[in-house]
This record gives sequence, structure tokens and C-alpha cells, in this order.
Amino acid sequence: MSAISCRRLCKTFRQGEEVIIGLDQVDLDVEEGSFVCLSGPSGSGKTTLLNAMGGLDTPDEGEITVGQYRVDQLSKSELADMRLHSIGFVFQAYNLIPVLSARENVEFVMQVQGVPAAERGVRVREVLAEVGLQGLEGRLPGEMSGGQQQRVAVARAIANQPALVLADEPTANLDTRSAAQLMDLFVSLNRDLGITFVIATHDTRVMNYARRLIRMRDGKIVSDERQQPQAMAQ
Amino acid sequence: MAVPLRVIGTLAWRNLWRNHRRTLIMLLAIAIGVWAMIFMSALMRGMTDEMIDNGLHNLPGEVQIHALRYRADPSVVNSMALPSGALAKALQQAPVQAWSARVRVPAVIASERDSRGVTLLGVDPATEALLGAWPEEIVQGRFLQDEHDRGLVIGMKLAQKLQTGLGKRVVLMSQDPGNDVADWGMRVVGIYRARLESTEEQFVYAGRSLVQQKLGIGAQVSEIAVTARDYRGVPLWYPQLASAAGETLEVMPWTELDSFLATYLSVQDGFSLIFMVVVFLVLSFGLVNTLAMAVFERVREIGLMQALGMPPTMIIGQLLLESLYLLLLGLALGNLLALLSIKPLESGIDISSVAQGMEMMGMGSILYPVLSVQDMLMSTAVVIVLGLLASLLPAWRAARLDPVRALNTI
Amino acid sequence: MNLTWRLAWRNLWRHSRRTWLTVGAMVFCNVLLIFLISLQLGSYQMMIDNSLAAYTGHVQIQHRGYLEQQRMRQSIPEISALADELRTTLGQGDVAARGMAFALASSRERSFGVLLSGVQASYEPGVSTFPGLIRQGRYLNPGDSEHIVVGAVLAQNLKVGLGDEITFIGSGRDGSFAAGVAVVVGILESGMEEIDRSVAQVPLAWFQQMFSMGEGGHAVVVRLPGLEQVPAALATAWTLVEKSPDLVVHDWDAMQPGLRQAIASDMASGWFMYAVLIILVAFSVLNTQLMSVLERTREFGVMLALGMRPVQLARLIGMETLLMSGLGMALGVALGSVLTWYLSVAGFAYPGMEELGAKFNMPGRMYPEVSLLSLLWGPAVVFLGGLLAAVYPALRLLRLVPVAAMRAA
Repeated sequence: MSAISCRRLCKTFRQGEEVIIGLDQVDLDVEEGSFVCLSGPSGSGKTTLLNAMGGLDTPDEGEITVGQYRVDQLSKSELADMRLHSIGFVFQAYNLIPVLSARENVEFVMQVQGVPAAERGVRVREVLAEVGLQGLEGRLPGEMSGGQQQRVAVARAIANQPALVLADEPTANLDTRSAAQLMDLFVSLNRDLGITFVIATHDTRVMNYARRLIRMRDGKIVSDERQQPQAMAQ
Repeated sequence: MAVPLRVIGTLAWRNLWRNHRRTLIMLLAIAIGVWAMIFMSALMRGMTDEMIDNGLHNLPGEVQIHALRYRADPSVVNSMALPSGALAKALQQAPVQAWSARVRVPAVIASERDSRGVTLLGVDPATEALLGAWPEEIVQGRFLQDEHDRGLVIGMKLAQKLQTGLGKRVVLMSQDPGNDVADWGMRVVGIYRARLESTEEQFVYAGRSLVQQKLGIGAQVSEIAVTARDYRGVPLWYPQLASAAGETLEVMPWTELDSFLATYLSVQDGFSLIFMVVVFLVLSFGLVNTLAMAVFERVREIGLMQALGMPPTMIIGQLLLESLYLLLLGLALGNLLALLSIKPLESGIDISSVAQGMEMMGMGSILYPVLSVQDMLMSTAVVIVLGLLASLLPAWRAARLDPVRALNTI
Repeated sequence: MNLTWRLAWRNLWRHSRRTWLTVGAMVFCNVLLIFLISLQLGSYQMMIDNSLAAYTGHVQIQHRGYLEQQRMRQSIPEISALADELRTTLGQGDVAARGMAFALASSRERSFGVLLSGVQASYEPGVSTFPGLIRQGRYLNPGDSEHIVVGAVLAQNLKVGLGDEITFIGSGRDGSFAAGVAVVVGILESGMEEIDRSVAQVPLAWFQQMFSMGEGGHAVVVRLPGLEQVPAALATAWTLVEKSPDLVVHDWDAMQPGLRQAIASDMASGWFMYAVLIILVAFSVLNTQLMSVLERTREFGVMLALGMRPVQLARLIGMETLLMSGLGMALGVALGSVLTWYLSVAGFAYPGMEELGAKFNMPGRMYPEVSLLSLLWGPAVVFLGGLLAAVYPALRLLRLVPVAAMRAA
């Protein structure tokens, strides 16, 4: 069974006079437990596709199914519900709430999800340990490195035990070492917990980790290859 | 210097509109503040003018001349001759617009039913009219025709209390110079209404010659009331009159004749200014905030300008100019609002629901707001001077930024 | 503290200067409102107490129509007995009977029309402050008969001093000729010209005899410990006069309608000023919260992307505003109470106020009245105004779209 399936997805944007094609008849299936990279130059449609999968953006045409959800048919609040409970997101660096500590950032999302307070404390400690941030729970984002911040973001994303994590340029603003550590974390979460990963990036260091590499250009999928993942050059 | 000033001007203007929502909110706040300053002042000025008009109408005149002891002992004994010589001359000259000599004595008026104490005014209708001191409205009968008129004009309220009316006879009693009580009968020929009921109860009008004859004081009068139709300018001209009157007469401006009125005027003027400053202080928190945020958002940019060699004074100038634009726009809008809201109200606001309360303060039941240029200028001055002062702090902080650190701030 | 509240609290201090400036505006406004409202309420209380205490009293029994027409014949028969009865029934406050008549007063040199009052020397000091204002001589004693107390200006105008005689001529209740001579035993000076010009008080018994009043008079005056007792006293007085249809009971509001209206008009102008201040502070809050929302658009975009509802974001802004306004209120009330409390003890004067105050029977120094109402009313409205001002910024959040928000700079 596929975790995600897209059928003839189309999406256009207007920018002043110009009409920009975001997605052009995209067909795609992502199997459960896979580790997929969407790559391509900026404007190729990879973020648009990712946003469509996450229900952040609705396609103009086509069908899209994520797990048991028909994403293109959900209302705004159903979409928010889906994101909250079934999908994890990791964005570019610096997307934590700056006034909350690592622990609080994760706990805050769990609170919104409606996890009871007693359970939250235990779970926060668990996920932060899982991303390797023991001892840094009390730090504010400003007191952590970019890599550490992204780990908090990952912890936040997996706090609700989602089946799917969507990541948009997660290694932008990270140095090579931190980027490698982050990708290693993704791989281990994928391997150990069976979480499906879809990562949009134009960072070649990231693509090397993918077991499936999809290249996009002008809103179309131009190549879709299975590959043997290789570790990043240190 | 002309060119950089223009550049700075354009820069300041465009910067102002970069965050148009913030600017509009602040603009609206300033406009409401300015409107409130002017509107409140107009209402207060309306009240003050009304009170002073009423007060001067009852006095009457802005300056009065009496015999030396009259004010301490308002008896017919302390009367004086009609003006002559230097005084008569001074009274014919500008800025004096009109004057009237009157007999003013305490008297008792009695109808067949009741009696009351009143102030009897023996007047010459011709000069009283010029002075503007006559009753606002004759509701029954007529006013006096000349100083020989044998009729009596009384107030509505007094007529009610005495249970008398038009055409009825009343008896007047007052003291003559020989300390005997002179009494004589008169017919009520007119009933007047005044803005204040207390006026209606206090003053009764009779022909001057008649009163002089009944009291046996020849052509003597008790007081001379003088007007230049400008109560604020009195201190400038009354000393001339005083010197012309000589030492046997006492010349007093209204501010001394009715110290309550004078105090009220100065308290109200002071209060207007305090109100403006208070409103501005509340505004200033927002103004400083807006400017501080504008600086905060532009730290990089300001660093860049400094790096390019713009002197700190120009950075201060640019920010002050930005603030000035904001203040000027707010002022323009506020003044416009004030104009639009006060003009339609100038015909009067009905406040009869609190009429008796207002009467305690010497006012009628209709409030006429007065939009004055002075208030508009005062509010403008307060806003601009204090506004620029308040803007100095954030501007000065901006000018002291370290260019390198500023450039590295995100 | 709950995590969301903690988040709201910390968000406030991201731009501490901005928050302090906004809180400062609120505190300033709150202190001002507390001061002004306390002063206003304090001065009203004083205005009412002083004007009523001077002469009118809180409640009077009069003949029907006397209040409007003040005619001699509109009198109360057996007035002393009625006053005694009321005094016993009431059990609190002071009660005195008075008669009033217009007369021509003549000294050896001068004559003036005066309103002569006949008073009960033993009870009058309880209902009026005038007896306490004697500057020369003494007030009337219960044994006095042909004696009079006059105001200082009247004495000056009549050119009389202590021991001098004043002759009165008027007409009695039945229209007969009334005349009498009284010796000045006291001269009263209040500093208020109108009072000093008009006061002329003689013993009630002598007054009744001179004006052929029999045992009658014109008013039974009641002065109570406070305004709160007025309704009860009014009701008691009404039950006493039930048997005589000619008599009515008036409360202070009926006797001095100007007082309540002067207060009402003063309140109206006060409210205008308060409303302006509160609106301006609300604008300050609006600006701050709008800025704070706009600059956090990206952050809110991420929160939305993570699945937070826009309503939850709006609630967050609401909580931030609540905290900010709460802080402004707490500091404002604290500072305002201290200031007002200090002034309520030390008093407060404004140049020119003494002269103005005299017109309304007010002392030159004002003492603000500190009460829960005066301390909390203004700040509470500022607080609500602040919350209301946050509605627009919060509403903007409801329209936020995650993708666009995250793209925002």
C-alpha cells in the first residue's frame, strides 16, 4: 500500500501578469517506509509538491491521498487536524519558537495535539533522547547551534509518532557536519521506526542518502530513480 | 545643503509609508488626540465665553467707574456727576465703543401680595442699548422709551414671585441721600426674560431721570459702564481711562469687579493647556514606540548609511523629519475633524437637561462651542514641539549605532 | 504556569522596550484616571455635603408650593411641635424649625431689603454651619428675643456693629403691618460674599410674634449624618405629615436641583476626557499588537503548518494582550493608589481653585476620595479597551495561510 499517491496534480500561481506553473500533471506513488528525495532547481515545483502532500496547499486539479486521507477533498480544519496528528514537518533552520526552550518547543506542539500533561513530560524526554539532545532540554533556540535546532525540529515532528515526515530544505543553513548528522538521524528514524520520509532539497549532500531520487523541473517529474543510499562525504 | 535636504525629505516620506498600517494607526491616534484637544477646548471656550458674556452683561461693561466709596457702600450717597472734561473725552475715543451712566441702588419692590429686595437700575435706554446691556428679550409689554419713561420693567421670575403682572402697580422703596426711605409707585410696562433666572429676580429697570428725581440726587449717577467689546484686551486700555478719571473716582476692570469670573477664565485657559499636554503625553508613548520600532527594523539600513558616510546629524534629521511628517499629517487630519465636528454645533448644543446646574455656574441652557484659531494653534504647538522632543530619543539612539555591528544584525 | 501562558508571557518581552512603552502608556493613563476619578468623586461628595450642611439640610418639610413661590401664608402651623415630633421619631440627625420673611432692614444710616430667618437657637447649630462662622460677638442663645445675627457684608452695608440696632419693616402673615427692632449680637463671616450679604437670623419666637405667625413657620430642616440616610428619613417625615394634606417633604435634590445637575454636567465633560485617554491608549495597544503579529508572520506560518488552528493563534495574541493589559492595570492601580492615597491625606490645590471652590461651597484644597470604585473603574475600562484593541490583530491571524505566511519576510 502506498503512503502517498498523487494523480494528475496541477497547480498554477499568478505573479503579477505572469502565470507560473507549479505542478503540471504530476503522478507519483510513495510506498510506506520509503526514503524519498525531491530535487530540482528552485521553482521546479518540489516545495509545491511537498506542500500539497502536507495539505498546506491545495492543488488546482488532480487527486492526492496520504494514508487514509483524500487530501484534496479535506476542509481547512480537517487538513490542520491531519497535519497535527498524522504528519511531521521539518522546515529550514530557525523555525523554532524563539522564546521556548528545546523541551518547551516539543511540549507545546504536544499540548496543541491534546496529549495529557503527565504523558507529555515522559514523551518529550523520550523524543529528545531519540534525536540525541539529552542535556540540552533547557536551552533556548538562540543558545543552540543550527544543527541542534534542527534536531529539536525533528523531535517536534516525530513527537506525535507520525507515519510520514515531510522535510523542506532541512539542511539549508547547516554546515556539512551538522547536515550529515541530521541526515543520519533521518535514516535511523526511517529504519528503526519505519517512518516514511519525503525530503525536498537541492542539496546534493542530502540526495545521496535517498533510496529514491525524484528530479523535477518546471512542475514535472523528469526522472525517478531507485538508488543505493551512500553516506555523505565527511 | 539644499540637495541632501531634499533627498532626506524623500527618504523620510517613503520610509514613513513602508509600514503603512502602523503609520495609519499612529496617524489616526494623533488625529483623534488633536481632535479631542480642539473639541474639548471649543466646548470649554464656549462655556467660558458664555459665562463671561453673561457676567459682563450683568455687570455690565468691561470697565466700570464709580465714586470712591460706592463699592464698599453701594448707597445713593456715594454717587457722582456725569463725566466731564478729560474723562468725557476719553470715553469718546477708541477703543471705547460705548458707555452708559446709570443709577444703581438697592431697593425693595412690593406688590399687593409680596415684597422682595432688588437692584434698581435707573438707565437711559439709548446708551444702554449701545452698551448692549439691556434685557435680551421683552416677553410682555415694552422696554423703556427714554430716560424720562415713567414705567418699570421687571424680570419674569420676579413677576411670578410678586404675583404681579403687566400693567399692575408696584411700590419701590429705596434710600435717599438724607437716609430717609423714599417710596413711590410705578406701573409695570414690560417683563423681560434673561438667560439666567437669578438675573430676572435681581434687576428692575426704570428711567434714569425719574429715579434721580424720586431719590432727589439731581443729575448724579452711581456708575458708568464702559465697553470696548473685547474682554481679553481690557488691561491695555483701562489705565488711560483711570488716569482721565482722576483720583476722586474709582475705575475698575471686570477682572477686579468680578474676581470669580477672572479666576474662572484663567483656570479654564490653564486647564485647556493641561488637557492638551495630558492627551499628548498619552499619545507620545505610541509615537516613541512607533519610531523606536521603525529604527529597530532599519538597523541594518542605518548601519549601511553610516558606512556610506552619512553623518549622524543627517540620520537624526531624517528620523525627525519622518516624525514631523507623521505629526503634520495627524494635525491636519485632527484639525479637519475638529472643524467638521464643531461647525455644525456652533448653532448651539441643547444642555437644558442640566440647566439648573449650569445656572449655578452662570450659564444658560444652550452651549455654543467656539472654534478658535488660538486653540488650534496651541494644540498644533503642543503636538509639534513635544512630538519632536519625544522623537529625539529614538533618533539619537539610531545615530549612535555602531555601523559594523548594525550591518551584521539580521 | 501553563505552557501557553508562559509562551504568551515570554513573547511579550521579545521587544521589551516596546512592551514597556505600551504598558507605560496604560500605567500613565490608569494613574491619571484614578487620580481624576477620585478627585471628582471626592469633590462631588464635598460639594453635596458642604452645600447641604451650610443651610439647606438633607430633608425639609414645607407647605405645599412654598418651594416654588415662597409666600408668607404658605406656612406650617405648630411648627416647633412638628419639629420635636420628627426629632423623636427620627432618632438620628438634627432637626430645626425656621421661618422666613422678607423685610426692609434699616440702620441709622442705611436701608436694605433682606430675607429674615427666624431660627431655633438651640437646634439651628445642628442643621447649619452658619452659627459656627461667627467672627464677632456670639450666636443666638435660647433666651434671646430681640437679638439678631447678620452677615459681615450686610453689617458693612448697613454700617452697623455689635450692639447697634436694626429696624425691620415688612408685612405679617395676615398682610398686617409688621415692624420690630433687634440688637446685633453677632456678625458672621463665611468668606462667601453671597452668604455674608444675605444672612440675617433672629429667634423664631420673636419672628413669629413680629410677623403674626402664631406658632407657625416655614420649614422643618433635617440634617442627617450622610446621604445614605436620606430615603429612610424622607419616609419617616412623610408618615408624620400624612394627616396634614397641605404639607410636603422635599429631599435635597428637590431643593437644590442645580447641585445634581452641576455634578452631571461636570461628569459629562470628565467622561469625555476619560474616553479620549482610553481610546488613545487602546490605539497604542492596537499598534503594538499589530506590529507584534506582523513581525511574527513566519513563525505563525510554521505553527499553522504544524497543525495549529488560527483560532489558537488568535487566542495566543489574546493572552499576550491580557497579560500586558493586566500588567498595566496592576502597576497603574498600585501607583495610582499610592499617589491618590497620599493626596487624600495631604490634599491637593490648583491655582485659582480656592475662588472657584468658594462658589460651590468647597474648600481651596481638595482631598480625593479613595474607594474601590475610584481605584478600579478607570483601570478596568483601560484594561477592556486594551483587550478590544487586540481584536483586529487577532482577527488578521484568522486569515493567515500557512504557505504564504512562511514565505513572508
